[in-house]
Amino acid sequence: MVAFALVAALTAATTGALSFREARTGVLQQSQDTVIKQLRTQVDRLAPQLSFPPAEAELRRFAGDVARAEPSGSWRVLVGYEDLSATSRPGDPFEELTPDLREAVDSSPATVFQRVNTGDHTSLVVGMSVTFSGDENRGIASGLQVFLTVPQATEQRYVDALVTAVERATVPALGVAVLLALLAARGVLRPVRALRHATRSIAEGRLDTRLAVNGSDELADLSHTFNETAAALEESVAELRGMEARARRFAADVSHELRTPLAAMAAVTDVLDEDAARLDPDTATAVRLISEETVKLARLVDDLMEISRFDAGAAVLHLDEIDLAESLRRTLADRAWADLVDADLPPPDAVRGRVDPRRLDVVVANLVGNALRHGARPVRLRLRADGERSAVIEVLDSGPGIPEDVLPHVFERFYKSDTARTRTEGSGLGLAITAENVRVHGGSVRAGNRPEGGAVFTVELPLRRDESAHGEHR
Amino acid sequence: MPRVLLIEDDRAVREGVALALRRQGHDVAAVETGEEGLERLRSFRPDVVVLDLMLPGMPGLDVCRAMRALDQTLPILMATARGDDVDIVVGLEAGADDYVVKPVRARVLEARIRAVLRRATAVAAADGGIPKIDTYGELAIDRAGHAVTWRGDPVPLAPSELRLLLTLSAAPGQVFSRQQLLEAVWEHSYHGDARLVDACVRRLRAKMGEPSREPRYIQTVRGFGYRFVSP
Repeated sequence: MVAFALVAALTAATTGALSFREARTGVLQQSQDTVIKQLRTQVDRLAPQLSFPPAEAELRRFAGDVARAEPSGSWRVLVGYEDLSATSRPGDPFEELTPDLREAVDSSPATVFQRVNTGDHTSLVVGMSVTFSGDENRGIASGLQVFLTVPQATEQRYVDALVTAVERATVPALGVAVLLALLAARGVLRPVRALRHATRSIAEGRLDTRLAVNGSDELADLSHTFNETAAALEESVAELRGMEARARRFAADVSHELRTPLAAMAAVTDVLDEDAARLDPDTATAVRLISEETVKLARLVDDLMEISRFDAGAAVLHLDEIDLAESLRRTLADRAWADLVDADLPPPDAVRGRVDPRRLDVVVANLVGNALRHGARPVRLRLRADGERSAVIEVLDSGPGIPEDVLPHVFERFYKSDTARTRTEGSGLGLAITAENVRVHGGSVRAGNRPEGGAVFTVELPLRRDESAHGEHR
Repeated sequence: MPRVLLIEDDRAVREGVALALRRQGHDVAAVETGEEGLERLRSFRPDVVVLDLMLPGMPGLDVCRAMRALDQTLPILMATARGDDVDIVVGLEAGADDYVVKPVRARVLEARIRAVLRRATAVAAADGGIPKIDTYGELAIDRAGHAVTWRGDPVPLAPSELRLLLTLSAAPGQVFSRQQLLEAVWEHSYHGDARLVDACVRRLRAKMGEPSREPRYIQTVRGFGYRFVSP
């Protein structure tokens, strides 16, 4: 906007300055041409009457005659011949005559002139050598030199008037130009700005952003193209989201459909287990196998349901203010791990926080269970407060650790490193669910290896959460 | 022998669960629909109902409400194939005492049934002798007879609700966390579900004529749990 106005102002000012210079040059040129022509005519007319070498009185009369050629009497003339010189006005010091000009006249037969500023007024000083005009001796200097001073008051006034005129013409023009520039800027810059806003809006995910298309210029074309691109993008994203939603629903539906047959099977596994002891060995093995696999399948379906709940954004936190150390101790006790795990927990009530106890239990049980299965004992569970706002839970084992190439993938669904970790009853979803459970708490979980050997899983859990962030049932 | 009324539409699940429960020593009546279940209620007189929520015809939720209307003290265990929050909460609001998410192992189901039954029978076996009636404003709790009256009118409470009220009012002013209440009332020693507690408190408040905004007796201690106060 400012740039536009500046360019317009500059243009107007330059135009004014240029036209002023042209006009001024024209005015001055014309006046000095007239003067030089008049002077030459006069000199040509009067010089032949001079006798050579002329006497001083004769020179004075010549000077006076030349000066009289201008009726207004503004001419002042100096005539010089060798050492003699005379002026049209007696005692005229003829200050305007500069050494430069005298030199120029001495060295050149042409007429020379110079504008001289003395005090507050400008004068035109013209100098010429008088040459003989006879046929044989054409161009030979007679030794006579004529200098003329003409005050340029009229021209000065004219130029001044010109400046005023240019000023008067340029300033409004300048104003108009700036105004026009601003209008043009609005016309050009506003759509550009709208485009910028729209682009940012799209980038921020508001894909229904569209531009208003005005007129039929390039900007309108651009806006039109933008709208088409945005529409195409919106459509593709909607399609992708639709596909994703369908895939998600499919996973949820499949898991759900699996539940009914599994419910029947799971109900009787205990019956099978009990009776297996009384069956012949082959049948007993088959029965136990079916029973075990049914339990695994039931757990897998549970995990799938849980994952699809996270995917659908339907996992809700039920926050409760609890003692974290007590919760961890209970997790170990409930699974009969208290003797297998070396628990390094703070005293009661040292670390309290608002968490979802069920989800915390899932997280800790999964990490400790993994350490017991895949790592080697001793397995350690540590809890400490990290300042007022968060807690750090660490699960360390003394096994071979996790291969470096596997580390970045351990929280991925169904990720199985085929060599390092043997297939176990885990569904391959446990760590993914762990990560999701930590994430809904606003915390983080990472896996690593200890320098002294063994894997370490570190959970950072915020202890205080914004009350309004998640619904709490009262 | 505890009598279990099982309402489940899927034949395999119904037969599997019935078989497992019979092996545990229960007297099981297995029916296919909610309507049938309601019919058998009078003739079979179950000690506990295991109710599937997704039923053809009359929905499980309606069956649950209808049973509650007939018998406030009958323990109802809800079995749902949907573990989503909304299903569980709605089921609990309809008056179920507890819920299990299918698939469930017979041993787990059995444990839940026993816990529910204990709540119901603990009422009868409480303490033998001196009737002790505590009065809190307009609310009177007969700890021995396990009867609650509000403004002189009896308040019909489900076993979980009664047990929750007895637990809370045993120590007026003391704050109980949801976990403590889960253990005391539902005997969930694992990290049970706070939704059970919340849903039960809501039902209890409604029956005691509590204004929803400012409950007088059972107050929520934000971020911690609940406490009973005498107005």
